[in-house]
Amino acid sequence: MAQVADGGADAAIEHLTAEDRIWLLRAMLLMRGLEERAMSLYRQGRVPGSFYDGYGQEAVSAGAAFAMGPEDRLCILHRDLAAHLIRGVTPTRILSQYMGRAGGITQGRDGNVHFGDRNLGCVGMVSMLPDMMLVATGMAMAFKIRGEKRCAMTWFGDGSTSRGDFHEAMNWAGVQKLPVIFVLENNQYAYSTPVDKQYAVDPVERAAAYGFEGVTVDGNDAEAMFEAARAARARAVNGDGPTLIEAVTMRMHGHAAHDDMKYVPKEQVEEWRKRDPIERQEARLREIGVDIDGLRASVKAEIDAAAEEALAGPMPDPATVLDGIFCEGEAEPLGDGQAPWSGFASDGGAV
Amino acid sequence: MPTLTYLQAISSALRDELRADDRVLLMGEDIGTFGGAFKVTDGFIDEFGPDRVMDTPLAESGIIGTAVGAAVVGMRPVCEMQFSDFISCGFDQLVNVAGKMHYRQGLAVPLVVRLPSGGGFSGGPFHSQNPEAWFMHSPGIKVVAPSTAADAKGLLHAAIHDPNPVCYMEHKHLYRRVKGEVPSGVFETPFTARVAQPGSDLVVIAYGAMVPVALEAVSDGLDGASVEVLDLRSLVPLDEEAILDSVERCSKVLIIDEANATCAAGAQVAALIAEKGFESLDGPVVRVATPDVPIPFSPPLEAAVLPGVDRVREACRELLAY
Repeated sequence: MAQVADGGADAAIEHLTAEDRIWLLRAMLLMRGLEERAMSLYRQGRVPGSFYDGYGQEAVSAGAAFAMGPEDRLCILHRDLAAHLIRGVTPTRILSQYMGRAGGITQGRDGNVHFGDRNLGCVGMVSMLPDMMLVATGMAMAFKIRGEKRCAMTWFGDGSTSRGDFHEAMNWAGVQKLPVIFVLENNQYAYSTPVDKQYAVDPVERAAAYGFEGVTVDGNDAEAMFEAARAARARAVNGDGPTLIEAVTMRMHGHAAHDDMKYVPKEQVEEWRKRDPIERQEARLREIGVDIDGLRASVKAEIDAAAEEALAGPMPDPATVLDGIFCEGEAEPLGDGQAPWSGFASDGGAV
Repeated sequence: MPTLTYLQAISSALRDELRADDRVLLMGEDIGTFGGAFKVTDGFIDEFGPDRVMDTPLAESGIIGTAVGAAVVGMRPVCEMQFSDFISCGFDQLVNVAGKMHYRQGLAVPLVVRLPSGGGFSGGPFHSQNPEAWFMHSPGIKVVAPSTAADAKGLLHAAIHDPNPVCYMEHKHLYRRVKGEVPSGVFETPFTARVAQPGSDLVVIAYGAMVPVALEAVSDGLDGASVEVLDLRSLVPLDEEAILDSVERCSKVLIIDEANATCAAGAQVAALIAEKGFESLDGPVVRVATPDVPIPFSPPLEAAVLPGVDRVREACRELLAY
């Protein structure tokens, strides 16, 4: 494993209010709770297909997305539900999405975490990874051409670094010095394939070869992730180009619900269990007197209500199955997302 | 009305769009300083600058993928594949990311991919293909293929204004061989078929470079038969009404593809006629297409596979005599 930089979380403190830190925990708790609820619904046969979760990786998306402004644009990966929650996608719509209901973000057209709310500045992923690296690069290219102080962020995994689109996006972003942030979510396994069969050199070291900065961050620390993303965003919007953030973490569950993960040594999982990102954030907040039990209860109540509402929602009407293959009206670009970090509250462009 | 070559008509459309709309952005390999492998964008960089006439890295997946990103944040990218063959390297971004975006997420991807296609110049297996059927088979992508200078301009304007991904098949063999009067300024040619020559005994259905081949083939040697030529112009959407209308009037049908025969655009047209035009037919639906072979390099080999005037005329004769 790569060296994990220390001190990221310490540096984050000066940019995070107590409310911000609670927001990070709340996003992670909601993500875990929603995914656990979805897994039960899957076992009850209410979630079709398979189910993919990000248990143990919640800090990667929560921390990174928290640093993004309303006008920034995100391409989010399947183990990054917290990013959707931070942008403003509601739990009801997420559970409806998992169950293929009409109220889901894709209205049943696509499954699980294959969604992005276009009205909240997000483009949903496709299964071919890391295709969205190029899409994010293209967004950043448009921002640069138009002279806008915005950036694009995308997440992808360790396995993605083996594909050509990783190279094309890294190279393109480096050549054009674009305001894009690449978050490499290194969770040690691409399905069953460990990283030592994926690459000979830690991919964060490749950033230098493409002409920009690569940083390794403890991916199980939401505040360290936030700080790395905040610094990367500052570089991006100041015209200093892209950043590759390697978030070192561990996939604690199988690739999907059908995968028993027998190929992962038990000791490896147990070792990472001690570094749970939610427990870590809870310990920090307990120290400053936050009512963790109260927070957990309110998150659970929100998920209970969302599940009830989603289960009551209708399935999509088969008569609509051919609708929307083509856009028939005007092309509407992506809208702005929610950006709860206090740094955006005052001047709208925290840099 | 000025007379332009097919290539000049394409350039004219791109120039007019760049002047009219700040959101329009050209991307491709060697299109800036060099002006493009076929000089479609010759001199553009001087007028519009390197940001809007962008020399990209040699990365077709990168071109399509970044264009998708630019499109969903409000740009109107027009990508040039140096040769249509190279779209194989950008296939995934076009088919999986761009083509499915609106259906999955309601997010429009206004993107044009210019695909210089076709053979006839000893380009060999990697510079001569007609890949339009790949994209006809991929939901969410429109496919157009002009055969005249006026349509080259009008269809390109319409493609750039369209809120969906559009594959614009520009035939390399027509670039400097086809000339015609082209209206000035911005105008749109609809994505519908056009009767290139009216007739009543037989209809030859074609698109792209096969339209001039068809027109020449039926111009003499058919004992005065009245032969219609229908130029499809658009493959997605396919103008079913115009096709069935021609079939009803002519009763005999010959369909030409320069593409490899299996599952080509013409196969789709033949299936449509079999299903919906059967009652109008007075003979078998006949196809002339390139056999399922990589396009060979050497002139006699290439000429042996690409549909030419003689082959089309012979097929017309046989069908008229049926």
